[in-house]
Amino acid sequence: MTVILNQSFTGISIGAVLLLIALGLTLTFGQMGVINMAHGEFIMAGAYTTYVLQKSISSAGLSLLVALPVAFLVAGLMGALLEWLLIRRLYTRPLDTLLVTWGVSLMLQQLARDIFGAPNVQTHAPDLLTDNISVGGGITLANSRLFILGLALLSVLALTLILRLTPLGRRIRAVVQNRDLAEVSGIATGRVDRMTFFIGSGLAGVAGVALTLVGPIGPTMGTNYIVDAFLVVVVGGIGQLKGSVITAFALGVLQSVLEYSTTVSVAKVVVLVAIVAFLQWRPQGLYTLRTRSLA
Amino acid sequence: MTTTTEPVKAVTPHNPPPTPLLERLRVPSAFALGAVLLLGIAPLALSDFRLALLAKYLCYAIVAVGVSLAWGRGGLLVLGQGVFFGLGGYAMAMHLKLADAADTGQKLPDFMQLYGTGDALPWWWEPFANPLFALAMTVVLPMAVAAILGFLVFRRRVKGAYFAILSQALAAALSIWLIGQQATTGGTNGLTDIQGFFGYSLDDPVNQRMVYFVIAAVLLLLMLLARQLFVSRYGELLVAVRDSEERVRFLGYNPANVKLVAYVVAAGMAGLAGALFVPAVGIISPALIGIVPSIGFVIGAAVGGRASLVGAVLGAIAVAWAQSTLSDAFPAGWTYFQGLLFVVAVGFLPGGLASLWTVARNRRKATTSSGSEVTA
Repeated sequence: MTVILNQSFTGISIGAVLLLIALGLTLTFGQMGVINMAHGEFIMAGAYTTYVLQKSISSAGLSLLVALPVAFLVAGLMGALLEWLLIRRLYTRPLDTLLVTWGVSLMLQQLARDIFGAPNVQTHAPDLLTDNISVGGGITLANSRLFILGLALLSVLALTLILRLTPLGRRIRAVVQNRDLAEVSGIATGRVDRMTFFIGSGLAGVAGVALTLVGPIGPTMGTNYIVDAFLVVVVGGIGQLKGSVITAFALGVLQSVLEYSTTVSVAKVVVLVAIVAFLQWRPQGLYTLRTRSLA
Repeated sequence: MTTTTEPVKAVTPHNPPPTPLLERLRVPSAFALGAVLLLGIAPLALSDFRLALLAKYLCYAIVAVGVSLAWGRGGLLVLGQGVFFGLGGYAMAMHLKLADAADTGQKLPDFMQLYGTGDALPWWWEPFANPLFALAMTVVLPMAVAAILGFLVFRRRVKGAYFAILSQALAAALSIWLIGQQATTGGTNGLTDIQGFFGYSLDDPVNQRMVYFVIAAVLLLLMLLARQLFVSRYGELLVAVRDSEERVRFLGYNPANVKLVAYVVAAGMAGLAGALFVPAVGIISPALIGIVPSIGFVIGAAVGGRASLVGAVLGAIAVAWAQSTLSDAFPAGWTYFQGLLFVVAVGFLPGGLASLWTVARNRRKATTSSGSEVTA
């Protein structure tokens, strides 16, 4: 029982990482219908930002705190630049966007290899985050994973508040619901798109900072997460946050419990089968915006 | 109101106006030229080493034929062709490994003696000792997997990017699963060091040439098959589904079935390509079938022209050639180039190189017509 609980907690923390990554994807996918394969490289950018900052700021705790906003900015600006240079030209061809951004992701990975070297690098976690908390009953919670969980929940909260309360959020929701109507109502949809891309990519950067606490930093670290994150978006449904939140945690827990009871490789296959089975029941994902369009 | 009009015979694709002889001979003569190049000139002109490389590229070209059908004509972005390539390849390699082992008097393939848990062959390896079963499986297995996934996914109208992601996730899952099963699949190494091909030693250059001829012949045959599919009623329906799925549904067709056929046929072609890849290269491993190579199968078709059969095939060969030439000389430069290829080919030339001619012709037409307006 304790093992199951410990595994579930690991799963929840995996889910938190997936959630941080998928939040940005569900925003951009939901609003613009584009699949950004370079999203994984924004995670990598966030992680390398942490690494670089730690070289100039010796205190691990302080550098982590500074890294969060800086990584958000770095990854966000990269995303906005990508949107401006390429993606806005391809809105009518979402599937092609997938391939084009995959090309961008290849180049960014190589860029990271050229700048930082092919081998993985490591950062030091602050002492506070390397401890464990024992809850009792043999259940221990790693502080780093608790931190990631908190970060993910905070991001969801912040994003919800932005979407619900700010003028920008109102515009974003309008564009998601009906782009044409939003445009004739005087919303500069192009500018809204760029802001959405900025926020979504920035969240990937934050996810990158979080990932430095649990794993190595390398040029291909983004690819490991991007497929799972897209599956979260597919299952959760697009355009709404609650679907992503539920799905990310569900997939994370399912994955880690299965990994414990079988093996990592079998778990991957079972999760995929489960997803295809789930789509038989809800092909549009858990939650969807109901529209009158046929597609 | 009562004037009788002469019945006008509608010009439809099934009732085309008579075409000039030259036009009608264009496709057969292009095909004959390709056959002469592949089966006649290439084996004479190329050294054993280069011919073996070309055999490998032609395997990728076979996959591209399927990609051209499913993606170019059907609009299904198949990001998991590596799965089918791998299933075909592993089915073939399992048989060849067993045959190799039997030749040397061993009961188990070499890697199983190294990592194996027991000395018994896993039950699902046993039927692959039969050459006919293994050969059938190289095509049946990929098609069956594609049929199951395709049926479930298309039936529920999961489409577009969702389908692309699911097919990609399948590629990730299969390669991770294969890596995990070290004892029975060879794990990360895959199935390597294949010696013989149905009794012919692959060390002998003559037999390597024979493998090349088999691959080239299969490619040509599959191109013929795909060409027939393209010009058939089914081919038109497929394009219609790509361009306006709902409209096709309203006309009374079931788009799910149309897409399923394209996906399954493309999977079969990829499986066959994988099976031929094994004797040509002597290895099949998870690294050859995961997410990255799966996208690689698509890029060749994208560069050459996804909807054009010849474009897709030539594109796949050219990209594979560029990869093996450039990646040895400048590993870093190749990755940048490959990324740029995706961006430029897909982003700015969606018809691929095959469309360059049309683009140029349209532009010339546009300039001459505007010029004539000025003079008039």
